[in-house]
Amino acid sequence: MTDVPYSPARQSSAGKVALRWGLYLILGIFAVYYLMPLFVMITTSLKSLEEIRTGDLVSLPREVTFDAWAKAWSGACTGIQCEGVRPYFWNSVLIAVPGVLISTLLGAVNGYVVAQWRFKGANVIFALMLFGCFIPFQVVLLPMARMLGLLGMAGTIPGLIFVHVIYGIGFTTLFFRNYYVTIPVELVKAAKVDGASFLRIFWSIFLPLSIPIIVVSVIWQFTQIWNDFLFGVSFSSAGTQPVTVALNNIVNSTTGVKEYNVDMAAAIIAALPTLLVYVVAGKYFIRGLTAGSVKG
Amino acid sequence: MAPILDIQNLYKSYGSTEILKDINVSIEPGDFLVLVGPSGCGKSTLLNCIAGLEPISGGTLMIGGQDMNDVSPKDRDIAMVFQSYALYPTMSVAKNITFGMKVRGVDQATQDKKLAEVAQQLQIEPLLKRRPGQLSGGQRQRVAMGRALVRDPKLFLFDEPLSNLDAKLRVEMRTEIKALHQNLGASMVYVTHDQIEAMTLATKIVVMKGGVIQQIGTPAEIYNQPANLFVADFMGSPAMNLIPAKTRTDAAGTQLEIDRPGGAPIVLTDTRARDLPADVILGLRPEDIAEPGYRSGETVQQADCKVEIVEPAGADTYVVTTLGGKLVTARLHSDTQAAPGVNHTFAFDLGKVSYFVPETGERIA
Repeated sequence: MTDVPYSPARQSSAGKVALRWGLYLILGIFAVYYLMPLFVMITTSLKSLEEIRTGDLVSLPREVTFDAWAKAWSGACTGIQCEGVRPYFWNSVLIAVPGVLISTLLGAVNGYVVAQWRFKGANVIFALMLFGCFIPFQVVLLPMARMLGLLGMAGTIPGLIFVHVIYGIGFTTLFFRNYYVTIPVELVKAAKVDGASFLRIFWSIFLPLSIPIIVVSVIWQFTQIWNDFLFGVSFSSAGTQPVTVALNNIVNSTTGVKEYNVDMAAAIIAALPTLLVYVVAGKYFIRGLTAGSVKG
Repeated sequence: MAPILDIQNLYKSYGSTEILKDINVSIEPGDFLVLVGPSGCGKSTLLNCIAGLEPISGGTLMIGGQDMNDVSPKDRDIAMVFQSYALYPTMSVAKNITFGMKVRGVDQATQDKKLAEVAQQLQIEPLLKRRPGQLSGGQRQRVAMGRALVRDPKLFLFDEPLSNLDAKLRVEMRTEIKALHQNLGASMVYVTHDQIEAMTLATKIVVMKGGVIQQIGTPAEIYNQPANLFVADFMGSPAMNLIPAKTRTDAAGTQLEIDRPGGAPIVLTDTRARDLPADVILGLRPEDIAEPGYRSGETVQQADCKVEIVEPAGADTYVVTTLGGKLVTARLHSDTQAAPGVNHTFAFDLGKVSYFVPETGERIA
């Protein structure tokens, strides 16, 4: 009985290995497929125009040159101006950083109130804010333009910050509310008995607890605001356009020979900050998204 | 002395639902008041009203002789311990304990001094640098107590502080709370659903049901003279035996006739009771049904009953029989000869008997 030629265990373990390799192969193919455009962008941006015209789209550059990057940064023309994406990149920074910070802070305060200081109508207000998340950008364009005009902020960077904060509050409130709802109400009660005020409780107890959800909110809002094109193109004027609008102008308004390498470099520059935010904070992003579901 | 806590005609409702109805309680300085009742009886709501965390809908609530109706929790001079401990998760133990003082602007030297005192008192000195997440349940409980003690308030409020602990730790902490109360001489209000906690800790018990106070009294009063069937059944473990009986009064006293399955009714004579209605419910604690050799006196009478279940519990053995259509538990010594299915002689001690009106459930004085 000891000498059994047929071993089902071994068979299935061989099958498992095959399955595993098959899985990796499929995943590998998808990864290559997904990364292909990025590969083409990077290689193209490092080639000279001459090489692009004569060479293959997917081949590596014969001679690496950063001329296209330099031109995209500070020399490419958007219409009549030839300053590259640099001034617009800084416009985007000036819009995104305050926009992210203000909308995150307001979302945190809103979420704290809606989740922990249940007042009459708290649910209705939260539902309305949630509804704000589902309103398409296009719907608010005209009313928003009118409002910015009335406030004297049309075509300015503060105007764009304002628009993004308004549009972001729905999302950030949702994030923080769902996070704070898992925190026992007794914590607020204890702090009240201890003598802490509304803002003191928020500042000393809730904010220190909120790091994971702050990261989520910052990544979400930064990506939204940085990548936004529609608001950027609608509510900016000549000097206040964000980088996404400038990129469009560079790509669409070149005359003569199309400088693919410059276009690619400009596109990568425009996408770099969001990429960076994900790489730096991505780990916390996943952790923050699932943080509400499991209590410590 | 003026009562430290005085509640008059307090009502509390959410919308049209009345949670608390006509609550009247007052306690003297140094009292340990326990609010006890099944879940949903309103005891925690009452505690929150005392703390000022819930507004009251009617009546008055005075702490230390001052009307508290419009006073916020922080100005009521109270400290509260919560069931979930409610420790601030991102602060160290020391910071948790001193947070209240910090918020109130107490100077650092006083904070340090008080922290050291409390830490020493509760033996949590080695834990001061840790976060709540790094503590066991019992340690968290101590820290929560420390946070209350450091305030040195007029009134301590406890909201089921022991229910998250395991059985052994719960008994230990119960003793500690009792010792703390004795040493401090502080006034405390304590909410629990555990009637044993209520009996052991309280100087005064309030039994609640459905937002209405059923009885207020010392533990002995509540235990020996329950005001109605609910209190009789709720307080004590095993519960009081509540046996339907028919009465007949003559010169010798009142005869109580109790149905017995498979035999003639047993008749007990209470020489002291007078003017009972024809039908009553007889309340007898399990320890008042003993074995003949252990109880004697004029209030003790014997009767044979068929034993159904025998439950040894170490020091005592609980023996269950049927009388008046109800299961009746007797608390016998562990060396009892009672066996299931066999008749056994019990001694019924009517010295502490309670009578209730079957229809209303009220006690007959």
